[in-house]
Amino acid sequence: MTEPTLFELSSPGRTGVTFPEADVPRFELPDSSLLRDDLPLPELAEVDVVRHYMALSRYNYSVDGGFYPLGSCTMKYNPKINEDTCRLPGFLYTHPLQPIETVQGNLMLMYQLQEWLKEISGFAAVTLQPAAGAHGEFTGVLMMRAYHKARGDHRRVKMLVPDSAHGTNPASAGMLGMTVKVIPSDARGNVDLEALKAECDDTVVGLMLTNPNTLGLFDEHIQEVVRLIHECGGLMYGDGANLNALLGIVRPGDLGFDVMHFNLHKTFSVPHGGGGPGSGPVGVSARLADFLPAPQVGILEPAEGDTPPLYGFVTPKHSIGRMKAFHGHFGGGLVRAYTYIAMHGAEGLRDVSQYAVLNANYLAARLRGTYKIPYDRVCMHEFVMEGRIEGSDVRALDISKRLMDYNFHPPTNYFPLIVHEALMIEPTETENKDTLDRFADALLKIAEEARTNPDVVKSAPHSTPFGRMDEVKAARELVLCCWLPEGYDSNR
Amino acid sequence: MTYIPISPQERDAMLKTIGVESLDALFEAVPSEYRFPKLNLPPALTEMEASTLLAEIAASNENVRGDLISFLGAGMYNHYIPAVVDHILRRGEFYTAYTPYQPEISQGTLQAIFEYQSLMTALTGMELSNASHYDGATAAAEAVNMAFAVFRGKRRKVVISPTVHPQYRAVIRTYTQGMELELAGDDPTADLQASPEALTPLIDVNTALVIVQYPDFFGRIFDYTRFIEAAHAQGALVCVVANPIALALLKTPGAMGADIVVGEGQPLGIPMWYGGPSLGFFTTRKQYVHKMAGRLVGETVDSRGQRGYVLTLTAREQHIKREKATSNICTNQGLLALASAVYLAVVGKSGLRQVANLCYQKAHYAAAELSKIPGVGLCFSQPFFHEFAVCFPKPVSEINEHLLEHGILGGYDLGQDYPALTDHALIAVTEMNTRDEIDTLVEVVKEVLS
Amino acid sequence: MSNTPASLKYAKTDEWFDPATGKVGISDYAQEQLSDIVFMEITVSVGDEVQAGSQIASVESVKAASEVNAPVSGRVVAVNESLPNNPEAINSDPYGSWFIQIEGGDPSGLLDAADYEKHCQERAH
Repeated sequence: MTEPTLFELSSPGRTGVTFPEADVPRFELPDSSLLRDDLPLPELAEVDVVRHYMALSRYNYSVDGGFYPLGSCTMKYNPKINEDTCRLPGFLYTHPLQPIETVQGNLMLMYQLQEWLKEISGFAAVTLQPAAGAHGEFTGVLMMRAYHKARGDHRRVKMLVPDSAHGTNPASAGMLGMTVKVIPSDARGNVDLEALKAECDDTVVGLMLTNPNTLGLFDEHIQEVVRLIHECGGLMYGDGANLNALLGIVRPGDLGFDVMHFNLHKTFSVPHGGGGPGSGPVGVSARLADFLPAPQVGILEPAEGDTPPLYGFVTPKHSIGRMKAFHGHFGGGLVRAYTYIAMHGAEGLRDVSQYAVLNANYLAARLRGTYKIPYDRVCMHEFVMEGRIEGSDVRALDISKRLMDYNFHPPTNYFPLIVHEALMIEPTETENKDTLDRFADALLKIAEEARTNPDVVKSAPHSTPFGRMDEVKAARELVLCCWLPEGYDSNR
Repeated sequence: MTYIPISPQERDAMLKTIGVESLDALFEAVPSEYRFPKLNLPPALTEMEASTLLAEIAASNENVRGDLISFLGAGMYNHYIPAVVDHILRRGEFYTAYTPYQPEISQGTLQAIFEYQSLMTALTGMELSNASHYDGATAAAEAVNMAFAVFRGKRRKVVISPTVHPQYRAVIRTYTQGMELELAGDDPTADLQASPEALTPLIDVNTALVIVQYPDFFGRIFDYTRFIEAAHAQGALVCVVANPIALALLKTPGAMGADIVVGEGQPLGIPMWYGGPSLGFFTTRKQYVHKMAGRLVGETVDSRGQRGYVLTLTAREQHIKREKATSNICTNQGLLALASAVYLAVVGKSGLRQVANLCYQKAHYAAAELSKIPGVGLCFSQPFFHEFAVCFPKPVSEINEHLLEHGILGGYDLGQDYPALTDHALIAVTEMNTRDEIDTLVEVVKEVLS
Repeated sequence: MSNTPASLKYAKTDEWFDPATGKVGISDYAQEQLSDIVFMEITVSVGDEVQAGSQIASVESVKAASEVNAPVSGRVVAVNESLPNNPEAINSDPYGSWFIQIEGGDPSGLLDAADYEKHCQERAH
């Protein structure tokens, strides 16, 4: 039942979309030594292409198709209106280098979104340029480095990262040649204050903290943590992956964070697109504002009477430079997030976080008696439980695969690393009680199966179009494309 | 308006199960002095109101499909997007899925990316492609990261041609500021008439990577074969930043011996969207696969013996290697990689050649007509693809202002980046430009100069 | 239960050292923990002076990545150039799959087989 590849479906001479004949006189092509002989692309009709992708789409699980409680990914419902607004011709068909007078709509939207994100997070300034969360993180760490350097503080090379952190945190610091020092968590899932104190010295760049952390827990000593870092001259980086718990609840800027990236594709309903594009704006405190990437959107001429302001680009004084070509993920990211925030307003955003936290705590309450929750206190928008059952040898991975048979997407597996057989569950606010109950019922039933019929769990999934994949074969044989150029010399 | 599907009665029942009195009681870990700030945001809109508001904002722009005729390119191009592309992209099964971590229920995304990888190798003449980067500029910066990893940091010089897109060079400067690299060649005051070979003396045994663009930022087509041989003689890798539409016509960078080919995938079925999101493609040779950043899909079989696909070589990536990873990237541009694959599938071999040929012919017509105007000349004599630099006897800003009054977006003012090219504009022509539009451009330029 | 030959010495970071030949590799326990190895790379060359604890190679499996360190200090006199082409051999024959050969290494700081086995068991929880 597998779908052939585009190359297998291809048939010589078949054509899809064609283009008009040239309406200009014919010009000679460059010398044939500059031209290619063959163009080995598939040859298909339009209907072949549509049927192919329809077949592929049916192999995918999606938020539109069902419950997707993937921890730390915030797989909330993606409002359909966003899909229409981001495709308005005025957005789709504007060129990034057009004169600013012809794109005041775009620039106003970007300026206002910067202002809204500042208000939501409590930061002094925001850049919209970063393309994704990890890209925003890299931007933030570059600014931290630039800040210390500008003060002549060249000894600062040590980035502190809790053991519960996302892998991108140490990787971002690693890209800049910093040494990464891991800080353990305490018994309640907070940053271990004693361990933190021991590392706080004049070589600290900063602390990269996800709060709520990847256990879904709000750090109970957050103010003490911030104080310790600031006292030793370091900066507080906030990983905004878990911001869906904090909208209208608390502003990271108010808590003393100096930098934070937003994930518009998590918190502000930009769809995940099967792995991107994301959008990762970054907010900073006043002392880092001069280091933001260039260009920023600003007001060049203030409003006067009935004349609206003139929006345009400005370059921060000590900018770290440019993070990507042009101005960020405007159409796919910024327009959708703008639509979402405009429709929610302050109260709606607070509802989002309150209900996200309600749903997570409700699921935890329903599962607590059967699955062990190692750091068990009131959680925020997600929680982590152990995917193992007393008296059974099924593992978290088996439970995840078995959930597919009940038509649910599995939670995040084996992360954070500090929990054995971790199952990280983030329901989001866009699920109703019935769905949560069905999901909890399925997990309780699987726990039962793990004891009475473990094989059915360990050999799952059974009802999906595909079974478990041979990952070792994939990595050892490395078949990475269905085609290679003829006569291609790979032993050059 | 929110999208929360829970009634007050259900909420109360859930709070009771949890064992707390109210929603607010769930937030006691948050410092009380900062808890529940009042956010100063505009009042919430209904869908109907938001729809109107966004339509107004969009309409206040002047777009290039109705309001303006565009001859602006410089890294982002106004190409035709077949209707099929967006219809596929709008499938919720594709756009509301996450990264395909669970292959049993993600084969749609996985096979689509595998096919994307195959299409990119076909286009560039390379051996393998990753699942994509954020855009052409960041893909070029990731090429630097990869070369750095290939030589384990022992070679610390990167040579960049000044005719690589200025914004790409800027991004590379930003990305590498913590790496203690020497960036050579990145000099906008260099002799721009010189052939690529002028860079050869800069390439030495300490050089990890050499970056050139194809066609270059001024649209010129060079055969880099000899140049790449010279770089290889010093043991350096060569990255070619390529335009994917041009590759339908031109000798591939793979055939010239390139080690890495990256570029901006936006011309392949992705709207300009005021600059993003777009697609950075990244292709290389098999021997470098373990040093390459980014997601990678490989073919395998499932437990039932069916062909299937998985994310492979994931131990290279940040979630396992953490601070030792080549890059911190964890996403690709999934949906836009899909867009480019659908585009390439539906225009196919003949359609893509047609597009490339139309771009070439129309750009050459425009260049020929413009250069007939007294005082206007082509800046370079080399063959070009669909972009070319012209010099005017007046500042480009002045000419573009007049053009805009006639509803025409003029070319990119090259003087902003290259001091020697004051009064020079980079004109881009695609299949979307009709002969009438080109003739109008020529007429208005004549009028401005007369 | 992992295989731990008595003729070899072991580092706490799971490398073995053969005092008779100066060869270095990773233990059976280490290959089991990594599972299916798909890539390995030796990061030192013949003639390099290495310090005990410094990186000499990296290994990647389907689910994990690990650095391999020099168990002893000394001069690299040979590297196993065929191993990167056949990294799965580390899984099937960890003690035949040597990475590099070190001259003048002093094994006195290393664990013997019994102590190393104990060290492995302690980490099994």
